[in-house]
Amino acid sequence: MGFTGDMMGKLLVAFAVLCTSGCASSFPADPDGTLDRVTDGVLRVGVSPNPPWTVLAGEMADPEGLEVDLVEDFAASIDADIEWTPGGEGDLMDQLERSELDLVVGGLTAKSPWASHAALTYPYTTTTAEDGTEEKRVMAAPLGENAFLVELEAFLLDQEAER
Amino acid sequence: MTTTFGHTELPDEQADALRKAVRLAWVTIGFLVLAVTLVYVVMGSSQAMKAAWVEDLLSFIPPIAFLVAVHFAHRRPSEKHPYGLHRSIGVGHLVARTALVAMGAFMVFDSGTGLIAAEHPPVGLMEIAGRPVWSGWPMIVAMVLTGVPPVFLGRAKMPLASTLHDRVLYADADMNKADWMTAAGSIVGILGIGAGLWWADSAAALFISGSILSDGVRNLRVATSALMDAQATSVDGKDTHPLVDEVDELLRSLPWVAEAGSRVRDLGHVFHIESFVVPSAGAPSLGTLRDAREAVVALDWKVQDMTLVPVEELPEEFLPGLSARDRRAQCGGRRSRVRAVPGRQPSSPTSR
Repeated sequence: MGFTGDMMGKLLVAFAVLCTSGCASSFPADPDGTLDRVTDGVLRVGVSPNPPWTVLAGEMADPEGLEVDLVEDFAASIDADIEWTPGGEGDLMDQLERSELDLVVGGLTAKSPWASHAALTYPYTTTTAEDGTEEKRVMAAPLGENAFLVELEAFLLDQEAER
Repeated sequence: MTTTFGHTELPDEQADALRKAVRLAWVTIGFLVLAVTLVYVVMGSSQAMKAAWVEDLLSFIPPIAFLVAVHFAHRRPSEKHPYGLHRSIGVGHLVARTALVAMGAFMVFDSGTGLIAAEHPPVGLMEIAGRPVWSGWPMIVAMVLTGVPPVFLGRAKMPLASTLHDRVLYADADMNKADWMTAAGSIVGILGIGAGLWWADSAAALFISGSILSDGVRNLRVATSALMDAQATSVDGKDTHPLVDEVDELLRSLPWVAEAGSRVRDLGHVFHIESFVVPSAGAPSLGTLRDAREAVVALDWKVQDMTLVPVEELPEEFLPGLSARDRRAQCGGRRSRVRAVPGRQPSSPTSR
């Protein structure tokens, strides 16, 4: 009847192959190695203006804002230097999908329509809008770079716990 | 209280199997309610998890189709429905199989496009009891919890389906098999994501759904052809039902019968049989005909609705392939001339 037969065997073999090829490094791992690259390296962050979360201070100056501070603390936690790229949300998301950026911030909410283009993180804070609905503030990481995503979310969870 | 399908009283074994099957159908529905809720809570962005969830939703269809079909099959034949409502099984079977095909097709499409678009599924952290946990782990726990019970449900249903000659129940057991395969596929997919292989999730889903789809298409064919009065087959639709030959053999073995041929269709649970016999010398008495009919009915619980027609020669028109059948009977050397005692009790009510 095949309930436990060859199908199970094939799955076990598939799993064994996955294990030997992947289990060696961190778990979960990044298909494109984002976390490895940015640690002690450069974190390329896209920032779209959305005060008070992100404020663009001028052509020459670094951006400011609550979320920008968070990103700076996160970068410090993995010894990364930040390379800021200002822009509109749509352009920045395109660059994120093309792996030209490692992170996009701009006061995004968990309901943002970018969920199929980016991995929206665990919310770093929850705010209440004027009409009383709760808005979860999130950042946008590259899709499927799960080691990087987990590192960032662990940092955000820590921040939340401290407050 | 005796249990009946139409006017067929079920032997104890079948009545017992039916009670168990109905209970299992309710257990399945209860389990699915829990499974759908659990998987929804943890599914996140995994394609395979999403597929498993949609699949759980579709899994409601076979047990519900079974309960509805059995409800109608019990009804006695009426003026409006002289053959009874056994066909409810055929309808239920078609519905259940369509659900399986839909599920397979949906999953093939979903995981196939995921692979082609090179979608990298993100699986991040979630907080459980104040601790950060990689969401993959709760997903795997959910898949184990929802994947193991169907194995036992399916195994319990399979023998009941063949005892009852119930195709809806058979399809339901198949759905349970698909359930655990999907769960196993999702686990492989999630572990693959964890290992940094973005394609593992979609590939596992595609592999599983491909086998579900091809199974589904084959069985959809069985369901349709049974509804179009195909010759009766075993419950899995793979072989001609042995009763088809047994009826002819029994009739041929009667001393007053020169030739016999029957057409047998599966009404759902029970068969509808039209047998033609050529008497060797003159017209048989009404009593002789009654004895012959009772002997055939005693062969198996599924045989009740049977018409016995004495004819001058076997009608090729109603028995297509008659000459081929004769050749087979002669060449193969009529297998065993058993079950020739008129009016004897059913030897074993177990069906095949």
